[in-house]
Amino acid sequence: MDLGAINPLLLAASLMVAATAVMIAAVGELVVEKAGVLNLGVEGMMITGAICGFAAAATTGSPMIGFAAAAGGGALLALLFALLTQVALANQVASGLALTLFGLGMSSLIGQSYVGVKPPPTPDLDIPLLSDIPVLGPVLFSHDLMVYFGLALVAAVWAFLKYTRGGLILKAVGENHAAAHALGYKVVRIRVLAILFGGACAGLGGAYISLIRVPQWTEGMTGGAGWIALALVVFASWKPWRVLLGAYLFGGVTVLQLNLQAAGLAIPAEYLSMSPYLITILVLVIMSADRSAAPASLGRTFHASQ
Amino acid sequence: MLRLEKRPQPSRTLSYVTPVLAVLITMVAGGLLFALLGKDPVAAIRTIFWDPLFGEFAFYYRPQLLVKGGPLILIALGLSLGFKAGIWNIGAEGQYIMGAIAGAGVGLAFYPLEAWWLFPLMVIAGALGGWAWAMIPALLKVRFGTNEILVSLMLVYVAENFLASMAIGAMKNPEGFGFPGSRNLQQYPSAHNAEIIAGTGMHWGVAAAFIAAIMAYVLMNRHILGYQIRLTGDAPRAAKFSGVKPARLVLFCLGTAGALAGLAGFFEVAGPAGQITTGFNVGYGFTAIIVAFLGRLHPFGIVLAGLLMALTYIGGEAAQSTMQLPAAAIQVFQGMLLFFLLAVDLLTNFRVRLDKREAA
Repeated sequence: MDLGAINPLLLAASLMVAATAVMIAAVGELVVEKAGVLNLGVEGMMITGAICGFAAAATTGSPMIGFAAAAGGGALLALLFALLTQVALANQVASGLALTLFGLGMSSLIGQSYVGVKPPPTPDLDIPLLSDIPVLGPVLFSHDLMVYFGLALVAAVWAFLKYTRGGLILKAVGENHAAAHALGYKVVRIRVLAILFGGACAGLGGAYISLIRVPQWTEGMTGGAGWIALALVVFASWKPWRVLLGAYLFGGVTVLQLNLQAAGLAIPAEYLSMSPYLITILVLVIMSADRSAAPASLGRTFHASQ
Repeated sequence: MLRLEKRPQPSRTLSYVTPVLAVLITMVAGGLLFALLGKDPVAAIRTIFWDPLFGEFAFYYRPQLLVKGGPLILIALGLSLGFKAGIWNIGAEGQYIMGAIAGAGVGLAFYPLEAWWLFPLMVIAGALGGWAWAMIPALLKVRFGTNEILVSLMLVYVAENFLASMAIGAMKNPEGFGFPGSRNLQQYPSAHNAEIIAGTGMHWGVAAAFIAAIMAYVLMNRHILGYQIRLTGDAPRAAKFSGVKPARLVLFCLGTAGALAGLAGFFEVAGPAGQITTGFNVGYGFTAIIVAFLGRLHPFGIVLAGLLMALTYIGGEAAQSTMQLPAAAIQVFQGMLLFFLLAVDLLTNFRVRLDKREAA
């Protein structure tokens, strides 16, 4: 084994890339859960976004159109969830699972003709001057656009929830939907919008995997990233900045185990591949002690007649 | 203006009608999907739902119905107990894998011993393997309040990696010329889960599924534990006041589901699959979730739903070979079924009223 082959700077740089997909999906789910809805379909929406983005980008040759299509595809699938849970008042857990099962099937159906295709490359965005800083420059400031978009999204969601009236209303709906309804807020409409936003984010996260991180399409390629995004929301105690922290922690574990595999550590590769999931479980256990942060109406069905 | 009015009680009649309705809507929507793929929708639906049962080659397909339905029913029965009480075990796929590894592991450890007690021992090991894997989310939930949905799901990915390491490592066939995968248990009489009646598809796993269905029915309707499960699902606070211990219920529901999924995995690996290979699991653990809901979480409903879902697998394979229908289309079909089922459930719990004028 050659641990010297692992370059800590490269590790830090690839950590940011490894964290981006789950970070974007998780911050979207955070908004959904803040509105009091538990959408377990993140994995399904991510894989749908991955194939929609891949198909659009491969067809048009433009990664940007790909990302737009991914957001659209994710939101479209989320619309189904919104119809089920907000209009047909179906159980949220079951509907979320339905979304994942359906999304996995639909994506492999669409993806059949895209196996082996190479997507158009997404250019790295070398921020002038900043990326020229020795050591830190290449690590922090010469990534693709989506890495910075993810960071900006976390900041925007944080600011929206903390400083805007819309954020306040969203949180009110999530904490006590009956009271929010009594005050005249359109609970269902707000929740549908939150669900669509979450779907778009999950779609973008999925497309990040298929277009940039592993630039190809393989069936089921999200491999549980959606579930890890769900776990990140719990880890973050429903706070946007902690999503960032959690995503980097998770990204770090993922990148480190890949590097250890490459360096030929004596542990078989399969056991190293388990580690991100095991760490996620561990983190869930540690964070579960404090459930007070969860929105009070999370997962409960709202109907105006009740 | 359409208005929803909550029924004082869910309609019993409709709760039986809605699954059938969902299947019919899925057939229509599925037909549209097949038409979009450029296939004759009527022929596709007939190939999937009619031909395997009554067509020319039905003699070949009918036994497959039990082979595919058995594991689905077994897993779904276990899941339904938890779902009824609001305990969401989504990781049956992982418990299925670990049961298969534990059961097959015992058999392989004794190779080439021939003894009557080997198979029963493997059955127990299979159940214990699934049970132990399900105990991880159960104990974490009881002890730390950890979300069982996420933990059981994470453990599926852990189990898949573990399966891969077994198939190319500890359990690899020493006479397999270096190919990944264990010895074939079908060629090891003491460990083989053979058909009970040759040519019917009826193996011990299917028998176990039917026995489990009867036991689940008795448990839910004649036993205090079943009553406590239903009460916890309907009114958790009332359940607590009447002395139901939530922790015990979590351990029981997850443990039973894990043991049944483990059994299903073992019977599959010792029977139809034959050997531990990297991708030996085919997603029964996830499809069983649909089966549980389609069967209305009722043991006998689950048996019917399991057979129906098995039919979509078999018919789907037939449609793949005769009509070049993509394999993923069936997965989409199954996903749609769950969607429509959840959507038409609205009718069971609510009355749709037509108002002349919009009332406040």
